[in-house]
Amino acid sequence: MHDVSHATHHGPPTTFIRKHIFSTDHKVIGKQYYALALVAAFFGMMLSWIMRIHLGWTNAAIPGTQLLSSTGAPGGVITPEFYLQLMTMHGTIMVFFVLTTAPFAAFGNFFLPIQVGAEDMPFPRFNMMSFWVTFMAFLVLVASFIVGDGPTLGGWTQYAPLSAVGSASGPGQGTGAVLWAASIGLFCIGQLLGALNFISTTLDMRTKGMSLMRLPLSAWAWFITSCIGLTAFAVLLPACILLILDHVAGTSFFIPSGLVINDKLLPHSGGSTLLWQHLFWFFGHPEVYIAIVPAMGVVSHILVTNMRKPMLSHRVLIYCMMGIGFLSYVVYGHHMFVSGMNPFSALVFSFPTLVITIPATIIVLIWLGSLYGSRLRINSASLFALGFISMFISGGVSGFFLAQPSLDILLHATYFVVGHFHMVMGVAAMFGIFAGTYFWFPKMTGRMMNETLGRVHFWMSFVGAYALFMPFHYLGLAANIRRYQAFVDDYLQPLIPVHKFITVAALFTGFAQLIFLYNLIHSRFWGAKATENPWEATSLEWSTDSPPSWNNFNGKHIVVYHDPYQYGVQGSMGDYVMQTSPEQVATPGDEK
Amino acid sequence: MATTVHEPPIDLGRTPRTTSGDGGRNNVTTGGDLKKLDNYSPPPASTAVWVGIAAITMSFFAFTSALVVRKGGAPDWKHLTLPPILYFNTVLLLISSFTLQTARKRIALFMGGTKISNPAFWLHATMGLGLLFVAGQYIAWMQLRAQGLYIATSPNSSFFYVFTTIHALHVLGGLLGLGYVIRRFHKGILRKSTLDAASHYWHFMDVLWLYLLFVLWSKI
Repeated sequence: MHDVSHATHHGPPTTFIRKHIFSTDHKVIGKQYYALALVAAFFGMMLSWIMRIHLGWTNAAIPGTQLLSSTGAPGGVITPEFYLQLMTMHGTIMVFFVLTTAPFAAFGNFFLPIQVGAEDMPFPRFNMMSFWVTFMAFLVLVASFIVGDGPTLGGWTQYAPLSAVGSASGPGQGTGAVLWAASIGLFCIGQLLGALNFISTTLDMRTKGMSLMRLPLSAWAWFITSCIGLTAFAVLLPACILLILDHVAGTSFFIPSGLVINDKLLPHSGGSTLLWQHLFWFFGHPEVYIAIVPAMGVVSHILVTNMRKPMLSHRVLIYCMMGIGFLSYVVYGHHMFVSGMNPFSALVFSFPTLVITIPATIIVLIWLGSLYGSRLRINSASLFALGFISMFISGGVSGFFLAQPSLDILLHATYFVVGHFHMVMGVAAMFGIFAGTYFWFPKMTGRMMNETLGRVHFWMSFVGAYALFMPFHYLGLAANIRRYQAFVDDYLQPLIPVHKFITVAALFTGFAQLIFLYNLIHSRFWGAKATENPWEATSLEWSTDSPPSWNNFNGKHIVVYHDPYQYGVQGSMGDYVMQTSPEQVATPGDEK
Repeated sequence: MATTVHEPPIDLGRTPRTTSGDGGRNNVTTGGDLKKLDNYSPPPASTAVWVGIAAITMSFFAFTSALVVRKGGAPDWKHLTLPPILYFNTVLLLISSFTLQTARKRIALFMGGTKISNPAFWLHATMGLGLLFVAGQYIAWMQLRAQGLYIATSPNSSFFYVFTTIHALHVLGGLLGLGYVIRRFHKGILRKSTLDAASHYWHFMDVLWLYLLFVLWSKI
């Protein structure tokens, strides 16, 4: 039996600070990550609203924006530079502090140890450090609004040399760019500490009977994601260090010779601008899967529970997620088709980009095939899970086009790409986060969320997101360049009504998120009490109290007897048998 | 008398680990027999140290890639003679690995009941050598500065300072780990897995330094 030595590094917390702030309890840390992601999401969404209003009505004064920057938004009217600063911060906050933090760090921290049957992660102090370093990273990033001349305007990819040459290249390119690099460097350290715990938890903390194939799909997704994150963040961290040195130590890692900015010759020589792109995208493409693979696992876990039958193949789904994780490292060059790379190199990167669609397509087919003929229980969680699949397919299809270098060269700098990644990575992952929230909220808080509001939230978000992001593809095909803060060219003028429509859709979709926020807060305090297993689910998190005690299973030693998804069987409690139940079940799905 | 907690006495032999971890190969058959369980998995510290080593390896591969790319396209690459003290530092670090192995053997004997005076002596010696290594690296930086070679002087010196500084920071991390081991040993709560993890990390610092020295010698 698992020795308590690994599980009870810490006793029950006794003080408020140890219980709620500097806690080593993985569940508290999971909630802290969730709260951070929530704050970041609404902040990032607010920035996108400002950008969208500006794009629809360029000269409009937007009340309150002066608070973000008096020079960037004099009288509430956004300057071109400030638009780029908002865009950079929106992208950075959403990719790092929402899409990485919520589905992986938040849900993973809370549920991975419980789903493997452990009482905590093996290194709780590292886990606590992981959150607080990430939180510091967020503060450092947001601080750039009030330090110097505002945040960096180089985009979330911070391409060199613009990101490395300092304030000569625009507002925010001095202190703001250093703060950006410092923030992301800290974020990398936080995620590396988290990955260390996730991998050790999965490999070493499983309870008696919990073989790897008996792990739920969500646990597998977190494990695979932590392996991806371990290697991806370990590369971004050095890149950030070198970028900071170019700023503060006068080195020339990314700054080429003879660079003249604003009629001023820079004293740097010999740096490689492409070096940054290589280092960044070696992280950047796996980052897409750091956002989406946990959502895949969460959605699979929720669908199985609501379908009341196992997936067509538990095992193949896991192998496909692994395949995606591996291939994510060899496709990164497709982000650099327009960097002037050798056409043969483009072909080399194009091929695995197309190959990676194979495991992704198999996963989608497994979902659809499993859904076919099932009596899906419709609730907020399962609706968002279906919405995830819809978004993943819709956004993924445009990826086939972008994988072709000849097409990507035309579309790369247009809204087509913006539409693609917002749907396949942004909205899909967000839907995964929502699905996970509605599904696990009872376990995390001991309360149920309001189902009616949840469904209203889903339909408004689903319709709103399509109305928002599908027209981006049309704009891209009409050669609407991305990152423009206003559309003054003749050929872009007819597209302004489309932008206005998108802005209305963005505000509508954003309003739906306010409903979600109300539901979340109201249900936390006044929602109906949740039972131990409200969804009649089988995995270990449903074998304990809602919310679980500080040591998860009240000191009981959990023994696992079954695969994670014993649905559609004749069990003593109904059409399911929990993993902890020793009763015999004759089922072909029990993979040994 | 120092004792281990939760784990059997330290044995540096090659016997299979019989730890408390239950991950891995311990399926319970449906309605199954718990006696058939095979408890056999590494303790988390062992896994974690290899995970950490993997991350550090990736980071230094990234730095090396940066060096190769930067050197390939740069007309400003100049040859830099490495400070000779680096070779002395290398010897110190290599000796520290031997002292650490000696320390592990003596602690294992001590745990097995053999009377040994000051069983943690070689752990302290390892820490001392590690500190000397970091001090030696500092002297190397000072020697370069005396020649007018600062981090921004040339791409060669930039990479030299980056490689050696980041490695030295990792060595300092290893020294903290050894300090933690010594503290737990004196408190009588040292686990074998903790000592193993700290040792693996320390030896990895050796290997990493040899690799970096080769890169610095051949490319800079």
